[in-house]
Amino acid sequence: MSAVDTEQTGRPSASASRSPAQRESRKLAQRVLSFGAKSPRPVATAVGAAMLGALIALWWALSATQTVSTLFLPTPLEVGAKLVELASNGTLFADARMSLYRMAVAFLISSAVAVPLGTVAGSYGFWGAAIEPLMDFVRYMPVVAFVPLTILWFGTDDAQKFVIVGIGTFFQQVLMVMDVVKRVPPEFIAFGRTLGLPGRRILMRIVLPFSLPGIWDVLRVSLGWAWTWLVLAELVAADSGLGYRIVVSQRYLQTDTIMAYILVLGVLGLVADQLMRALECRLFPYAKGAR
Amino acid sequence: MSAVPLREGRAVSVPKLEIQRVGKSYGHGSQTVEVLLDVDLALEQNEFVAVIGASGCGKSTLLAIAAGLEHCDRGTVLLDGVAVEQAGPDRGVVFQNPTLLPWLTARQNIEFALKAAGYGESDAKRIAAEHLELVNLSDFGGHFPHQLSGGMKQRVAIARALSYRPTMLLMDEPFGALDAITRRQMQALLTRIWEEHRLCVLFVTHDVEEAIYLADRVVVMAARPGRVASTHAIPFRRCRDESLFASREFADLRCEVLGSIRHATVSNLGRIADDPRR
Repeated sequence: MSAVDTEQTGRPSASASRSPAQRESRKLAQRVLSFGAKSPRPVATAVGAAMLGALIALWWALSATQTVSTLFLPTPLEVGAKLVELASNGTLFADARMSLYRMAVAFLISSAVAVPLGTVAGSYGFWGAAIEPLMDFVRYMPVVAFVPLTILWFGTDDAQKFVIVGIGTFFQQVLMVMDVVKRVPPEFIAFGRTLGLPGRRILMRIVLPFSLPGIWDVLRVSLGWAWTWLVLAELVAADSGLGYRIVVSQRYLQTDTIMAYILVLGVLGLVADQLMRALECRLFPYAKGAR
Repeated sequence: MSAVPLREGRAVSVPKLEIQRVGKSYGHGSQTVEVLLDVDLALEQNEFVAVIGASGCGKSTLLAIAAGLEHCDRGTVLLDGVAVEQAGPDRGVVFQNPTLLPWLTARQNIEFALKAAGYGESDAKRIAAEHLELVNLSDFGGHFPHQLSGGMKQRVAIARALSYRPTMLLMDEPFGALDAITRRQMQALLTRIWEEHRLCVLFVTHDVEEAIYLADRVVVMAARPGRVASTHAIPFRRCRDESLFASREFADLRCEVLGSIRHATVSNLGRIADDPRR
């Protein structure tokens, strides 16, 4: 419906009656909404923020109008106020510090074992045959099913949390690292051999550095799972931590605290993920274009 | 072809690379695929030999065996008269994929190979700079592979393979992934480098013009089983340049080699038709 059409038909078309600004926005909408089109950055940011805003607005509408009792669904303002209160009296930071400590220890131990093990299993057929079936088997055992057993074995102190987080992440990490290492193109290994390098040095100087961006990605993804398993472990049996606070709040019907903590968990996870991504760009600036 | 080391007390030149009755098959039982059958090929010192054939004729496998990256089931590969057991820095290999280490710059990639081959730090620096200049990439030494074009990457790979002074070069369709224009430029560059620094080259390709333009001898392979079908001497004088492509003799040779490839394929089809198992 261009201006040319209007002149030919003699009738004002819909587009002619619009201001240039309106026409511009219509064109932008067409461009953004068409199949396969990538949204420009400002559009993407605006849409993302709008969706979040809509969710909060819905929440606010449901709670402020008492459609859902505020006992079960406190208003965003109430949750915000509670969050400020918990942060200012130190509860939030004590809980978060405890959870982050458990998380860090369990995740670091798990990763420190999983990365070398996965690398060896992915590089040497023999060790792959020895390790892979076992990892595959354990991987399909639901982590939650281990909770009672780990409580019997380790009680309810930190060691039990480490074990639950470990079971949830370690086996997946090994298999994923193994896959990353296996995906090094065979020509790179052949190149190392044409230089006369022995297998161990090809592994250390070509295969491992080649796999590092992929391994980093495995760590980033498994960090999210570890976070989930930690909160689960704290929900079931703990006397401190973010998960523990949520369970206690349930007993006293403190839905505002529960919701505040869930938001905090989400934000912490998001921050960790973004941090890992930013570090990836710094550590492996070549990774994007190379693969 | 003579590999007799001594005749009347005087050393007679031994072929640089000698492939003797090499055979290889994959799979077993009724699924066996004969990849190479009794392949004989000898490359003289400083000779540039191109191996050409339809895909699946085993030419890349042959190169991998010569490089020591794959083992053959039968036959032997001799380098300077000594049996080849495994890959080593005496044979430089250029793959279709440039295989530049993505976390190193172009210069560091060459230095990496030099240090692996036993060169010291300062020698590696100097030689890397020289070889970047050899492939006209002096200004790009600090660039990472993902910042270079496909042709540039392959130039770095060639420079890297030459840098540690292998006694021969094995090239497996090195320009196969490049566009036609870049491929022509790379061929001209390789010809120039080879004419300046002669060494024995085994060059695998599926491009007839490329084979004739570059090589002293073109070997046509037939498929299933992979074997040498014919050999064509390329008489053109050095130094060659791109005007060669336009010459009458070039066109004649091209027809001859293409005919030979077609013949190898047709005779192969005949064999398949006669095969009682089918």
